[in-house]
Amino acid sequence: MKKLDILMVGVGGQGNVLASDILGEVAMAVGYDVKKTDTLGMAQRGGSVVSQVRIANRVWSPMIKEGEVDILVALEKLEAVRWSHYLQAGGVAIVNNLAVPPLSVSLGTHRYPGDEEVKGILRQRTDRIHFTDGTNKVKELGDIRTLNMFMLGCVSPFIPIDFHIWKNCISQRLPSNILKINMAAFDKGREETSGVNLG
Amino acid sequence: MKKLLFGNEALALGAYHAGVMVAAAYPGTPSTEILEALAKFDDIYAEWSTNEKVAMELGLGAAYAGVRALVSMKHVGLNVASDPFIAAATTGINGGMVVICADDPGIHSSQDEQDNRHYAKLAKVPMLEPGDSQEAYDMMAHAFDISEKFDTPVMVRSTTRVSHSKSVVEVNGDRAAPAKQASFRHDVEKYAMLPVHARLRRPFIEERLVKLAEYAETFPYNQIIWGERNLGVISSGVAYQYAREVFPNASFLKLGMTYPLPQNLIRQFAAQVDRVIVVEELDPFLEENIRAMGIEVTGKEFIPRIGELNPLVVEEAGRRAGLLAEPSRRQKAALPQGLPGRPPVLCAGCPHTGIFFVLSTMGQRSKLLDAKGKAEKEGKLIITGDIGCYTLATYPPLRAMDTTACMGAGIGQALGMEKAGVASKVVAVIGDSTFLHSGITGVVDAVYNEAQVTIIILDNNTTAMTGHQNHPGTGVSAQGKKTRAVELERLVRGIGVEDVKVVDAFDMKALRTAVRSSVDNPELSVIIVRGTCSVRLRSRSGQRAVDIEKCDDCGTCLMLGCPAIQKLDEQIDIDATLCAGDACTICEQLCPKKAIGPLSE
Repeated sequence: MKKLDILMVGVGGQGNVLASDILGEVAMAVGYDVKKTDTLGMAQRGGSVVSQVRIANRVWSPMIKEGEVDILVALEKLEAVRWSHYLQAGGVAIVNNLAVPPLSVSLGTHRYPGDEEVKGILRQRTDRIHFTDGTNKVKELGDIRTLNMFMLGCVSPFIPIDFHIWKNCISQRLPSNILKINMAAFDKGREETSGVNLG
Repeated sequence: MKKLLFGNEALALGAYHAGVMVAAAYPGTPSTEILEALAKFDDIYAEWSTNEKVAMELGLGAAYAGVRALVSMKHVGLNVASDPFIAAATTGINGGMVVICADDPGIHSSQDEQDNRHYAKLAKVPMLEPGDSQEAYDMMAHAFDISEKFDTPVMVRSTTRVSHSKSVVEVNGDRAAPAKQASFRHDVEKYAMLPVHARLRRPFIEERLVKLAEYAETFPYNQIIWGERNLGVISSGVAYQYAREVFPNASFLKLGMTYPLPQNLIRQFAAQVDRVIVVEELDPFLEENIRAMGIEVTGKEFIPRIGELNPLVVEEAGRRAGLLAEPSRRQKAALPQGLPGRPPVLCAGCPHTGIFFVLSTMGQRSKLLDAKGKAEKEGKLIITGDIGCYTLATYPPLRAMDTTACMGAGIGQALGMEKAGVASKVVAVIGDSTFLHSGITGVVDAVYNEAQVTIIILDNNTTAMTGHQNHPGTGVSAQGKKTRAVELERLVRGIGVEDVKVVDAFDMKALRTAVRSSVDNPELSVIIVRGTCSVRLRSRSGQRAVDIEKCDDCGTCLMLGCPAIQKLDEQIDIDATLCAGDACTICEQLCPKKAIGPLSE
């Protein structure tokens, strides 16, 4: 692997930062240089959250250039669209099929883009898009807060790093009382995209 | 051992391994995590101070007593602490003293974009600038050594992107030898700055700067990395990382110590390259200092002064400077247009929402303002604001804050407006942590000068915006020990305010009654609005739901701006995963159709 730039986007409170942390730790565990940075607005919850993870033999900037992202992981659809221009042509997009309407949509001053619009904008960059119904799938597992680990599972087959390393890093980061359900979410995500051929 | 650390974690670990004994800070993005990380070590003393000024004074006292001390803050925190900072620069220290100051280029979470490198020059103290977590870790030991060797506080300047990026750190140190026993030796000529003593310090300070400049020539983090000689880039901090990526073949002078500058090293570098460009974030600090040496450099002609740099910005600047060829055929993606933004909002169940809704409706804010939030005439209420989560109440739909300047300013501004003679009642709104930080002196002024304003203290018993740090009102120390809490009611009563009310943040009727009575009172009044921050709720029950049979879509609940109350596809709905339920219920209290109630299973 020469370099891998991953952008993980979502809404504050979805666990974006933890998931991208683990991704960085996985790459460091096998000897890569890693830089990662999170952009969060002020306050605790509800704003756009963007985590950039850069993996290579030597990484300089923690920030990725627009148009050079290899894999875009979006925990929410509107955020996928918002950051789609960061994706390189032909990159991979893994998008959770969840709409969290911002306040301006609820107040009726803005419109949330329709599904076809979302797909259309993403397709301007790439055809290698996987939509997943992640939120419902982790609901079935019993805890919606495991969505971040599910999405991490979804991205894992696209990164050539051994499965056990992922598991080790997750075990090291999560408290034991919630480890089992999070590991189940990771497995479920990994299973979902393992057979998927995005070309 | 390799660790993936945030810049802030690395700074803290570096300080710990360098033998720091006392650490003090006030929370502020992007610096907060430095003290949080240090507070976890139980063999040092770490505290959340009332404000940055107290933190600086405490650090200085510890350094006078001969131990190594660390003080950390965000850029604007140094404004608050600038008086003791320059005092520290004047007296010098005994044990090493390091001041970490984290700037916020791009204004991610601040009220301005000041470049604090100027403070090093103003105070005549050395400044180090790490560019990633490894350097953040490594430079701390140097910072303490420089401090002790040259009898000066040392400034370590970080930025958001250094503090909040993780990178791989080879942790090779361990905590240095057992700490010295603190002891203070009387030396009034050094420590008591009467004019006659301060004058004695002046030549020392100037000589110190000369010696520091000599030291800078051999400082190991001032390095030349030779590449092709047609371009020489001088850079520091995270800007170096961007430049290194954008100009992979150029020669670099990477400065880890950016004040005072290593003049010989710079001359030597500049003489051996065809063209010198300075790549730095914010002000032309290096550029102007280097140009003053008589060296021909460019920089801000191409590199923006405003905002955060990144590789793309530096690349575009490189093109404008004729250093890079026109863009490759790499197709530049079009920025998606017209998408709804997602600014941060007050959380579902936030104890600030109810009071701001009351202020908004009483002040008839939504009727008063045009779409840009500008008013044609003076409102019924003027609401001066402050710094905290509640600053978000400036946004629609609440639009219940008129000013935000700096910590504590809302109270002074309210006094100024009243004394200037505005017709409307002036209400100052301030959080508990901010009030303790710098609101108290405003109340003293209000009592003394017989002000007629209303001051609302929003007490959520934490410093919420920076991630729930303790403060003097919480009764818990930075290191988790139970301690004595400063009681806000007793404090304001003790200052002399007679009309003091305490109201439940989730009781809409009580909030309205309290605000009305205070606003009608021609005397000074204080309302303490008390409620737990919803992010800290241990458990949630009784999530609310909308009965669609009863709901007539009037939209009153939407005017709270609660993120749990969403409208998608023409139906108002409450997201049960966000709703704080029984802890809040303000939407239920507000709904004119009684269409909101507990979610039935």
